[in-house]
Amino acid sequence: MTVPKRIGKIRFGLISPQEFRKMSVVKIITADTYDDDGFPIDMGLMDPRLGVIDPGLRCRSCAGRPGECPGHFGHIDLIAPVIHVGFAKLIRKLLRAVCRDCSRLMLLEHEKVTYIEQIKTLVRLGQPTDDLVSKIFAEARKHKTCPYCGAPQQEIKFERPLAYIEEGHKLTASDIRDRFEKIPDADIEAVGMNSATARPEWMILTVLPVPPVTMRPSITLESGQRSEDDLTHKLVDIIRINQRFQENREAGAPQLIIEDLWELLQYHVTTFLDNTVSGVPPARHRSGRPLKTLSQRLKGKEGRFRGSLSGKRVNFSARTVISPDPNLSINEVGVPLEVAKELSVPLIVNVRNMEMIKQFVRRGPDNHPGVNYITRSDGRRVKVTDKNCEEVADQLETGWKVDRQLNDGDIVLFNRQPSLHRMSIMAHRVKVMPYKTFRLNPAVCPPYNADFDGDEMNMHVPQTEEARAEAHILMRVQENILSPRFGGPIIGGIHDYVTGSFLLTHGRKPIDRQGAMELLKKYDGIDLPPPAGTDDSGEPYWTGKQIFSLILPRGLNLTFKADFCPSCDQCKEENCENDAYVVIRDGNLIQGTIDSAAVGAFKGKIIDRVIKQFNPTIASTFLDRMTLLALRGIMLSGFSFGIDDEDIPPAASDQIKEVTRVARENVEKLISAYNAGELEPLPGRTLDETLEMRIMQTLGKARDSTGQIAGRYLGLDNSGVVMAVSGARGSMLNLTQMAACVGQQSVRGERIRRGYADRTLPHFQRGDLGAEAHGFVESSYKDGLNPTEFFFHAIGGREGLVDTAIRTSQSGYLQRRLVNALQDLEVKYDGTVRETRGMIVQFRYGEDGVDASRRDYAGPENVKRIIGRVLATEGR
Amino acid sequence: MKKFSVLDHELVPPHILLSPEEAEEVLHKFNVQAPQLPKVHVNDPVAKEIGSKVGDVIKVIRHSPTAKESVFYRLVID
Repeated sequence: MTVPKRIGKIRFGLISPQEFRKMSVVKIITADTYDDDGFPIDMGLMDPRLGVIDPGLRCRSCAGRPGECPGHFGHIDLIAPVIHVGFAKLIRKLLRAVCRDCSRLMLLEHEKVTYIEQIKTLVRLGQPTDDLVSKIFAEARKHKTCPYCGAPQQEIKFERPLAYIEEGHKLTASDIRDRFEKIPDADIEAVGMNSATARPEWMILTVLPVPPVTMRPSITLESGQRSEDDLTHKLVDIIRINQRFQENREAGAPQLIIEDLWELLQYHVTTFLDNTVSGVPPARHRSGRPLKTLSQRLKGKEGRFRGSLSGKRVNFSARTVISPDPNLSINEVGVPLEVAKELSVPLIVNVRNMEMIKQFVRRGPDNHPGVNYITRSDGRRVKVTDKNCEEVADQLETGWKVDRQLNDGDIVLFNRQPSLHRMSIMAHRVKVMPYKTFRLNPAVCPPYNADFDGDEMNMHVPQTEEARAEAHILMRVQENILSPRFGGPIIGGIHDYVTGSFLLTHGRKPIDRQGAMELLKKYDGIDLPPPAGTDDSGEPYWTGKQIFSLILPRGLNLTFKADFCPSCDQCKEENCENDAYVVIRDGNLIQGTIDSAAVGAFKGKIIDRVIKQFNPTIASTFLDRMTLLALRGIMLSGFSFGIDDEDIPPAASDQIKEVTRVARENVEKLISAYNAGELEPLPGRTLDETLEMRIMQTLGKARDSTGQIAGRYLGLDNSGVVMAVSGARGSMLNLTQMAACVGQQSVRGERIRRGYADRTLPHFQRGDLGAEAHGFVESSYKDGLNPTEFFFHAIGGREGLVDTAIRTSQSGYLQRRLVNALQDLEVKYDGTVRETRGMIVQFRYGEDGVDASRRDYAGPENVKRIIGRVLATEGR
Repeated sequence: MKKFSVLDHELVPPHILLSPEEAEEVLHKFNVQAPQLPKVHVNDPVAKEIGSKVGDVIKVIRHSPTAKESVFYRLVID
């Protein structure tokens, strides 16, 4: 039985042989485990006093049944002492610091006193003593003769893994133990050890504890054969060798044989403790698999600490690949039927839901919204099968628990690792679907940082009403549209959603009735507004702005500049000729183009406004409709990008060639000015630095102007430009690099200089400072790079890769430390931030008590907006 | 050498020594025991400056860019 106990303190030390014997319940002398009848042999490795694992038996030490008895240690008396591998290094240090004759620490009396004093001070201050102790060992080792008995000291060579060699002879474990036994207590203290809890001779084992059977259970195979645990196998080896050793020694075997057996015993004890000691061949199972011994059980990712104690596994979860489905609401997640049939939600039967639950039970486990298990009020679990479902349904009583299969509308948690912020786990509504992937609306990719190149995500089904309520209120996607990181929407349009909105709302392209119906076919109850006009043949037409207005909530007033606003010197506002000035009045898009600044993730102003002025439900409806409309919008005009979208007319490429030629000439001029000593150094720079900077400047400008030239010939009829301009994907710089000129490659912000002596590649003259010799790539990706350009490009590209790799690892570690420090802090109901002990950390959360996701960029702007809104409602 | 008061430095926010009654009020307001407050050492220059003793509670009025001012309380400890 377990008795509740409170841990007062923990002390680490070495266990003495006496203590090993004291905690032992039985001395193990035979290597056998079970007799022919299958009962454990007394004083064998499975002695019933060590605990029980076989059902029906009782422990002979505590009378506990399997599961109650925690197990008890036994012991093996080793015939000769062996070294404990874990202390090999410390043994070496001590051997060298201690006199080989009188075993005293080779330091003068007054040195010992001061060192002990220093150690005590450090311990009192709670500081680590490691550095000081290493210093003490180093000092003690310096003596060639013992300052006490005058005995000359010999150098002790250490040979991995466990040999200590003095004067060409190997010290036996007994020799070492004898030396350590003689060390006075005071000297032990001087090397930072406590003689009461850690006598050095205890590092040499004379008694080996035998772990209880409960931690090395044997398993019975289907064939009826017993298969023993790796630890048991190892213990068998130790006992066998121990016995043979004893027999040989008593029979007076030659020294050589005795030494061999001693060595063997040492090997077995070593591998019993740690089977990965370098220099020791790992002990293997009959099949050739290395044994998993004590330290392997604890160490590493799958060890007891990281694998079993810190690592948790859960039930009611699923994991699979994700794929996009824009027809789902942002609050939904598509769950494969196979997953839905496996996972369940517990329902407690009561008078009101009895009939409904009976229906589920009657469906059995194979007809989807069915039932897998039921738990009766006495706790008995019954598996519902095709055969017994009718019967079970008829028996159903109130108070029974029914595990209903996951169904549409159930709430689940959806998660993608790494879970870096709270939006990495959000609650979704289930939508059971065919096929084998989780489906989600691409608008919720940004908070998860997900894409569909093979990403997998996890799903968890809350099992209690409290958990479901909490998930529904706090964790639903729509409640997390605003990120507490920057107070703006983290969920919004990406890629095609932005492109689609842009194409739909840019300008006033006429859309005929069929087109308009096409755009709105996914919506219920939306009527077409009066047409914007009629075309030449008298047919009515609508504009994309009108159609987009249909999904905006009434009462929304908003004015802002679109993402592609070129920031003219003098903003013409309503008269913007780029259609980049967005005006929304009472939910009508009067003018301007919807792009990433309006509906994009991270910056969508409309989303931000809708959620702050209205509520998350309206915002999520808007997002659902926006995603559908945007995709209809992109399908209406069609959208593709191909290699010929990077084509520029010959006139443009001539101009680009001219620009790069001039740039190269300018660089040459700079170099000759530098060589002639005519270059004026910039303030605070050397002449060399000045030259580099001027060259970089010249080439940078050249790349920009090639981009401008290319840009002049690539208009909004180019899909690359549409994507870049609307903020959907890519930038004008990417297009410039594809169509016009890749530009200067750099390493650490400088031109490439590494490589051969005085030159980057053998293709160039020594000391060449010219543009192409230091990584200027004149070609475009479309034209292709010449070999030297390609090489420089690879250098620059590699730096980028290395940087990202380092950045992620560094920021990950930083985050880990931060989270470890802050994870237990909690904002209490009175607004204070406290840790687990109730100590106050902040008297008001964040000094101002404001939830960052609800603060709405407080500023004078808001006053204007509120006045505007009041006036608008007054006017109506 | 001329002596300066640390309180005169612009980076040191105003520190006010609370009377036992005021301190009690603060503890009551936050429903805490004195040891649950953040601490300040008696030998801290500010604590010395305002003449606090071990067990006193000091009110610190910090400037805050978002909340204009933010009030902290600290328990003087040894």
